[in-house]
Amino acid sequence: MLSRVAENIYWLSRYVERAENTARIVTVNANLLMDLPKGIAPGWRPLVDITGANTLFEEHYKDYGERQVLKFLIGDERHSGSILYSLEAARENCRTIRDFVPREAWELLNELFLHAREQLQKGLTKGGRHSYLKHIVQSIQTMTGMLSGTMLHDQGYDFIHVGRFLERADMTTRIIDVRSASLLPAEATELRPYETIQWVSVLKSLTGYQAYRRSEQIRVQRGAVLRFLLQHDAFPRSVGHCLDTVRASMEKLPRNEGPLRVHGRFKRNLEAVVPGRLSHQQLHAFIDELQVCVGELHDEIAKTWFPPPPEAQSQSQSQG
Amino acid sequence: MRIDWNDYPCDDFYDELVAAPGKGREAVEGLLADLEELGPDELVARQEAADVAIKEMGITFTVYSEEGGTIDRTWPFDIIPRIIPQSEWERVEAGLKQRVQALNLFIDDLYHDQRIIKDGLFPAEVLAKSVNFRPQCVGIDPPLQTWAHICGSDLVRDGDGTIYVLEDNLRVPSGVSYMLENRLVTKRVFPELFEHYAPLPVDDYPSQLFDTLAALSPRPADYPEVVVMTPGIYNSAYFEHAYLAQQMGCELVEGRDLFVDDHDCVYMRTVDGAARVDVIYRRIDDLFLDPEAFLPESALGVPGLLRAWKAGNVALANAPGAGVADDKVVYAFVPEIIKYYLDADPIIPNVPTYRCMEPDALAYTLAHMEELVVKPANESGGYGMLVGPASTKSEREKFAELVKKDPRNYIAQPALKLSTVPTIIGHKLEPRHVDLRPFILSADRQQVTMGGLTRVALRKGSLVVNSSQGGGSKDTWILPEQSEAN
Repeated sequence: MLSRVAENIYWLSRYVERAENTARIVTVNANLLMDLPKGIAPGWRPLVDITGANTLFEEHYKDYGERQVLKFLIGDERHSGSILYSLEAARENCRTIRDFVPREAWELLNELFLHAREQLQKGLTKGGRHSYLKHIVQSIQTMTGMLSGTMLHDQGYDFIHVGRFLERADMTTRIIDVRSASLLPAEATELRPYETIQWVSVLKSLTGYQAYRRSEQIRVQRGAVLRFLLQHDAFPRSVGHCLDTVRASMEKLPRNEGPLRVHGRFKRNLEAVVPGRLSHQQLHAFIDELQVCVGELHDEIAKTWFPPPPEAQSQSQSQG
Repeated sequence: MRIDWNDYPCDDFYDELVAAPGKGREAVEGLLADLEELGPDELVARQEAADVAIKEMGITFTVYSEEGGTIDRTWPFDIIPRIIPQSEWERVEAGLKQRVQALNLFIDDLYHDQRIIKDGLFPAEVLAKSVNFRPQCVGIDPPLQTWAHICGSDLVRDGDGTIYVLEDNLRVPSGVSYMLENRLVTKRVFPELFEHYAPLPVDDYPSQLFDTLAALSPRPADYPEVVVMTPGIYNSAYFEHAYLAQQMGCELVEGRDLFVDDHDCVYMRTVDGAARVDVIYRRIDDLFLDPEAFLPESALGVPGLLRAWKAGNVALANAPGAGVADDKVVYAFVPEIIKYYLDADPIIPNVPTYRCMEPDALAYTLAHMEELVVKPANESGGYGMLVGPASTKSEREKFAELVKKDPRNYIAQPALKLSTVPTIIGHKLEPRHVDLRPFILSADRQQVTMGGLTRVALRKGSLVVNSSQGGGSKDTWILPEQSEAN
């Protein structure tokens, strides 16, 4: 497989996953806000915090109101984390590798992008939002199924997995970071019932509530939720599970020593803590560390399997 | 409302489906009745279904906008097929093979002994001023002595029913993917007509193309590494490049994916490391192929590619320099070229052509511009030409100056009465002008597509079929005669 193609497949997969994750967190936030009393509801700002694009947001919007945040997350094409941008970038990546992606999957992605763009105004209304986002999540799930069911499970599929699960690990750490930081003040005992609601919403952002219930069989509480989301090996959106999947795919790829080494360091960092014992501050620092690991793993993957950046090419050529 | 074939205008032009008011051509007698039975509402509904299918299948082409950006447009397609009886097609097919065989001999001769010039049949001055002649290619022996492996020739039918060759595209002709996709869409929207008329299949083109390319491999092996080389996603024909690579199961490479090593072999960068490449189906113009040999500023090409080709370590299709025959002045000599190399008369005639380089022809052209189509020698896509009957006086005067300044660069042809095919316009069927681009493959043997890409000028009265200028396309059915006898 061409290095350039591997890179495109990887980004196709990351962008599709990003669109789905964004659609999920918007949906869940909307539900959460309906459950919390007005005074303590964190509003919409945390969603922008999750994407880390606050500077860009503040350049173009005057406040973190619902309409502004939704526009930014769903339909702002200047924002590389927005659903529309992600779908368009996924489609552009897919367009250049049409010979690798099953035709039905390309058609579906193309259709999804056109639909998302045409129906954008509806998707931004309170009434239309839910079905708009649901359509996006479902289409992407369908696409994932199509790839799994019809795409050749060769190197291309390995890069699909690597991209998807690295992106997912990235998003899971971001969600944990923002959601735990914006939780209620510890001393406010009268707000206890709402704390549970917030942790439930963290789980739900990752579609993990039902799985948590089945797997943990205890009430929703901070330490158990953090362990579940960071280290559980069978929950498909936990950082640990994502890393295991990335590894399994990388093991099948040639010349994988570098990426596997960086991966090993990442996994050791992840396993080294008992997340429930970390204070707010420590948790935040720990998540930062994991984010750096995501970046390092990406860099190593790019260095090993993707084409050299244009300026480096002439050098590598003269080496034959 | 219903379709009434008696009202369909078919007196002024040769219509491919309608022979006379209310009467279909022999091969399609029943089709008119079938369309009539479906009725306009159903036809419009099916046209809409086709448009949706095309959008969902992502069949697009790219046009350059005035602001310098590019836009992806969905492919405009009309569902009413164009029909050619098989017996007529067989003659056309033989004519195309003859033509391309002669052109390949001609190109090979130009890059070697230039016998045709020495024998006085082809003017040295035409070659001297050819913009597509590549001195870098002189003396090269490409595999099988073949230079133009993939040729797209444009055919038109005049008012009296004669089919002419209008031009030959021997550089990087495009359109074949749309031919294949049009067929898929037509099968979706007209399943019942399709089953009944059973047009001959077109879908073996990708495997024929692969066989043609594989036959050129410098390393005889069961699995030569064949790649399709594209300038990238902003090229107007990118859709086609990706489509053909996918259909052939080949890598679609860009210049930056390839490199040439110190032993003049070509490799591509893969996840597994460097991999040797045997055959490159390049969809990128000569001048951009190799910055070492041609334009130094080309970022699309591969440094050293020409070196590797000359050393015989990689095959390029079409061969660099093949475009020398893709010149409208050379076109005007094709009947002589066929006679010279094959000692035969052309099976398909050329459109009568005035070579402005010849004083009599120049005088005639300047005196009759109003009736003629005047074309520059090396433009494609319908750009830079003058359509006399549709021009204004000042346009003609300006154009006359251009021709006088550089007569070698122009030819003139009578304005043909291009044939028509019924086309859905609003809620009615109206005649629209068409041409036809079949594709001819040449390597160890020659093959021609079953029909080709029918392009249609969607604007009333327009003769310009290019998709970049408001043209659309149709499926082309080659119909075996016996199906009518049944």
